[in-house]
Amino acid sequence: MKLKHTGFLAAATLCASMVLAVPGMAEDRSIIVQSTTSTQNSGLFDHILPMFEKASGIKVNVVAVGTGQAIKNARNCDGDVLFVHAKPAEEKFVAEGYGVKRFDVMYNDFVIVGPAADPAGVSGRRDAAGSLKAIADAEAVFASRGDDSGTHKKELSLWQDAGVDVDAASGTWYRETGSGMGATLNTSVGMGAYAMTDRATWIAFKNKGDFKIAVEGDEAMFNQYGIIQVNPAKCLNVKAEAAKSFVDWIITRGGQSAIAEYKLDGKQLFFANAAKEGAS
Amino acid sequence: MLDQPVSKSKCQLPLTVTGLAFSAGGARLIDGLDLVLTDHDTTVVMGPNGAGKSLLVRLLHGLIEPQSGSIAWNGEPCGPATRQRQAMVFQKPVLLRRSVAANVDFVLKLKGGSNRERLNRLLAQANLLDKAAQPARALSGGEQQRLALARALASDPEVLFLDEPTASLDPTSTQLIETVIAEASARGVKVILVTHDAGQARRLANEMVFIHNGAVVEHSSADTFFKQPASKAARDYLAGKLVI
Amino acid sequence: MQDFAEAFRLAFGLVAAMDDDLVEIIGLSMRVSLTAVLIAAVVGLPLGALLATVRFTGRAAAVVIVNALMGLPPVVVGLLVYMALSNAGPLGFLQFLYTPAAMIIAQSILITPIVAALTRQIIEQMNAEYAEQFASLSVPWHTRVAALITDARYALLTVLLAGFGRAVAEVGAVIIVGGNIAHLTRVMTTAIALETSKGDLALALALGIVLLAIALAVNGAVMSLRAGAESRAHA
Repeated sequence: MKLKHTGFLAAATLCASMVLAVPGMAEDRSIIVQSTTSTQNSGLFDHILPMFEKASGIKVNVVAVGTGQAIKNARNCDGDVLFVHAKPAEEKFVAEGYGVKRFDVMYNDFVIVGPAADPAGVSGRRDAAGSLKAIADAEAVFASRGDDSGTHKKELSLWQDAGVDVDAASGTWYRETGSGMGATLNTSVGMGAYAMTDRATWIAFKNKGDFKIAVEGDEAMFNQYGIIQVNPAKCLNVKAEAAKSFVDWIITRGGQSAIAEYKLDGKQLFFANAAKEGAS
Repeated sequence: MLDQPVSKSKCQLPLTVTGLAFSAGGARLIDGLDLVLTDHDTTVVMGPNGAGKSLLVRLLHGLIEPQSGSIAWNGEPCGPATRQRQAMVFQKPVLLRRSVAANVDFVLKLKGGSNRERLNRLLAQANLLDKAAQPARALSGGEQQRLALARALASDPEVLFLDEPTASLDPTSTQLIETVIAEASARGVKVILVTHDAGQARRLANEMVFIHNGAVVEHSSADTFFKQPASKAARDYLAGKLVI
Repeated sequence: MQDFAEAFRLAFGLVAAMDDDLVEIIGLSMRVSLTAVLIAAVVGLPLGALLATVRFTGRAAAVVIVNALMGLPPVVVGLLVYMALSNAGPLGFLQFLYTPAAMIIAQSILITPIVAALTRQIIEQMNAEYAEQFASLSVPWHTRVAALITDARYALLTVLLAGFGRAVAEVGAVIIVGGNIAHLTRVMTTAIALETSKGDLALALALGIVLLAIALAVNGAVMSLRAGAESRAHA
């Protein structure tokens, strides 16, 4: 009679030990950085964070979501540092008191990728707005993030420059995936659609199919990243000291050179440019 | 404590049933039934199929509420409180999905506490000691019913109901069950047994209650009932002529 | 596509190499989902048994609600838990967000209705069989519930496996409340989502194969445990 319960007991004990074995919730010296998929997927964080952690003893936990989501999470005080790429939204975040100060960190650039067949004939062009106009005129399929991310916002401003009303075309040749950069690229490769992506994600992306970069080099497609420490006056739980040392490290020589030296497939992905504003 | 005689002072008798009625699906299954049981000896309830025997014992045990009329055990209205001091063996035993011993132990724990010595005595009485560790539901039909009886006795009841406990059992199991019933009765347990088996009734009954069309037709000593049945219905039934 | 062959080759390679990161991710997946199953069992089994055995007004509505909650979208659960655990939310002070605890909570909420609803169905059937016998023995309701759960334990084990399957395969909730943080809250499914977003479909599929193998191993282990115990003591 005892025997039959052994199985159940064993399972219960096993489960109970699982509860106890859950690893330390949030270590003492750790911060949460709300950031974007582009920095994560490109492998940049994997390269620079160990250097900072080694130098400071502070563990950096990255939550990689779209810029819009990252800013919302930070507004909910669910992070110590915000590291994204949508300057107007970042400045608004600081102006409203959620952030201490915004610093430029680095830039990379956006490119428009498309199928080898190039139905809109834009391959090799430099001007972003003109190329988008050509895509719209040809009604060639275009996959947009459509998720209020930094990349999405940038793309919308370029369509505006091109004088194309994409809302009207939504669901026809203009397709909003409502997903992250990687998912959107998977979709566009799947349906042979043009898409705008940051160069870093594109280089690291492995499911390229026959896709190539069609349009690149327009200054309008530069993508500035900024870093902001979440304001401890607004969010009492912010680990202010640790957060500040991370921000300081990123915008001074240690972090800047770490960013500059990161290469993927022999190509530099991010160009550090914090020096202009300098550390405070 | 089980094998001690049941103290008559705490016994639930007399049983007084007045104007009992119960209908279902438009049929009056129990129809103005009156019955008084005062004797501690075994009462056997007989009657043709559909006479309302199974329904009657369920009503007496308090498993079903009467629609009208009253049932009282020593003046106490029939209900959960009176049922606690009774036990019932059903025609089809419902055994827990556990070992033979665990089935009896479940009731022992429920009624006061596990007791290995008593457990073994109950199993021995039902001739199941060597199967104590086996799954209850793997037993033969006869063994299952013996286990159900041992389990019922584990609750140390003052009244024991049995609803056709040996229907479709082999003679050996039937005999063993009858022995256990007789032993319980000898210890002072009030036994109320429903059966179709006239031989079994003769062997066990001290008094007979014959039911027909939802009412008591005859209530007499077993001797009288079998030698000189008073009613035509009982005579026909015993002669194998009353079939519904 | 050659991705399939590549995925299987990678999957075997990963397992054979016992890659540290992979072991860590598998370990966390198991800890989070098994703990969620334990919580769902503690809450869902008695809840289902109560719904099956106790008559009360509103019971039918409660059964419908519990059944409907089996279809809770993980993303919705993730959002609700995020909103509750966020520092801007009512439970922010717990500091559970972006920790395994948050993931356990989300998965528990997701699978408790499954455990409760399936338990109710199994126990109700068994109760119909036992009810009269229990009434005759005057079994109090708590003993009744415990006895039904005990007697239905092998069927209920399958229920818990269903809950485990849903928990371990779920991505929508844990990616929101856990944040898919490397070495902290990254589990099998969020790792698969990450590799997919990097376009590394072969690696994503390889991780999926490993996850499937683990699920198979867990199910196999539980079922052989069950078969062994059942043949010893049950019919």
